[in-house]
Amino acid sequence: MKSINVLYVIIFLAIGILSVSFATQGNSYYALGSLSSDGSSESFDKMMSVLMHKRCVNCHPAGDIPLQGEDSHLHNFNISRGKDDHGLSGYQCGTCHQKENNNYSGVPGAPEWALAPLEMAWEGKTRVEIATQMMDPTRNGNRSHDEILKHLTEHKLVLWAWDPGVDAEGTPREKPPVPKMEYIAAVKQWIADGAIIPEN
Amino acid sequence: MKISFIINGSTKSVEVSDGNAPLLWSIRDGLDLKGTKFGCGKAACGACTIHVDDMAVRSCSYPVKMAEGKKITTIEGLSQEGNLHPVQQAWKEEVVPQCGYCQPGFMMATAAMLKEIPNPTDQDIDDNIINVCRCATYYRMRKAIHRAAAINSKNL
Repeated sequence: MKSINVLYVIIFLAIGILSVSFATQGNSYYALGSLSSDGSSESFDKMMSVLMHKRCVNCHPAGDIPLQGEDSHLHNFNISRGKDDHGLSGYQCGTCHQKENNNYSGVPGAPEWALAPLEMAWEGKTRVEIATQMMDPTRNGNRSHDEILKHLTEHKLVLWAWDPGVDAEGTPREKPPVPKMEYIAAVKQWIADGAIIPEN
Repeated sequence: MKISFIINGSTKSVEVSDGNAPLLWSIRDGLDLKGTKFGCGKAACGACTIHVDDMAVRSCSYPVKMAEGKKITTIEGLSQEGNLHPVQQAWKEEVVPQCGYCQPGFMMATAAMLKEIPNPTDQDIDDNIINVCRCATYYRMRKAIHRAAAINSKNL
C-alpha cells in the first residue's frame, strides 16, 4: 500500500513538472497584475508613450504599406514592404532613403531603413498588446530581453525618432513626447525591474 | 570638399562646399552630364533616377558625400561600347517619349528593375516603376518594358 502511495506521489510530481515545462515552452509573454519594484508604472508609461508615437508606429504598420507623415497616411507612390521588408526588388527603400536625413529633399534617412516585419506590427494595438508582443520571442524575432533592450536604446534607426529631420516643406517632424535620455533610462529601468507588463 | 567616384566607367572628382548637396547637382552642373533631369527635388517623381552601385537611386535626395568611391551610372552610361542598352532599344522601337523630359529616369528605373525581375508582369511594372510622366506615356512604356525584357532574353 505504501509503495502505491509513493508511486502516486511520483506520478503527481511528474505531471506537475511536465505542465510547468509545457507552459514555459510556449514562449508567450503574459501581462501581469503587478508592476515595477517601487509599485509604479512610470517607466513603462514613459516607454510606451514613445513606442506608440507615430515616429515608431509608422514603420510598424499592420499592412504591407509603410505609414508616413504626422497623420500616418499610407506611404505615397504605392510603396510596399516587399519580400524582405526593404521594399520591392526593383524599387527598394534605399532608392530614396539614405543613411541620414536629407534636408534638401525632406526625405528622412537612417542606417538600416526598413519596415518592421509584419509579425511585429504595432499599428492599431494597445500598449499592453504591443509590449506583450515585443517581449514574446515568437513574435519579436526570437530576441532576448537584452537584445530588446539594445534595439530600443541603441539601434540608430530607433533613435532616429529624436532626430527626424524636416519634411519636403522644411517643417521639422514631430519628436516623441519623452526626451531621448529619459526614454532610454525608462526602458533600462523597466527591463531591470523584470519587464513587467501591467494589465492595462 | 573633394568627392571621387566612378561614373559611367570613368573616375571623376567633384569639388563641393556642402557634402549634403544632392549628387544630381554635381552630375549636371559639375560634370555637365545633362541627361539626368531635375523634376520635383523631393524623391517623388523619379526624373533624377540613376544607378549607384547598380541600384536605382533618386539623385536629388542622395548627398554627394555618400557617392565617395561608388560606381555611378547615368543615362549617358547605359549603353555599352556604342550598343544601345535593351531598354534604350525598346524605347526607340516603341517610340515611347513625347516631350521626353522624364524618360531618362524611367529608363534607368526600368534597367534596374530588369536586373532583378528579368520578365516582369504588368503587376511587377505597376509596383516597381512608379516614376511620373506628365505626358502620360505609360501605355507605350509598358510595351517597351516588355519588349526590353524580350530583347534581354533574346526571345524576339
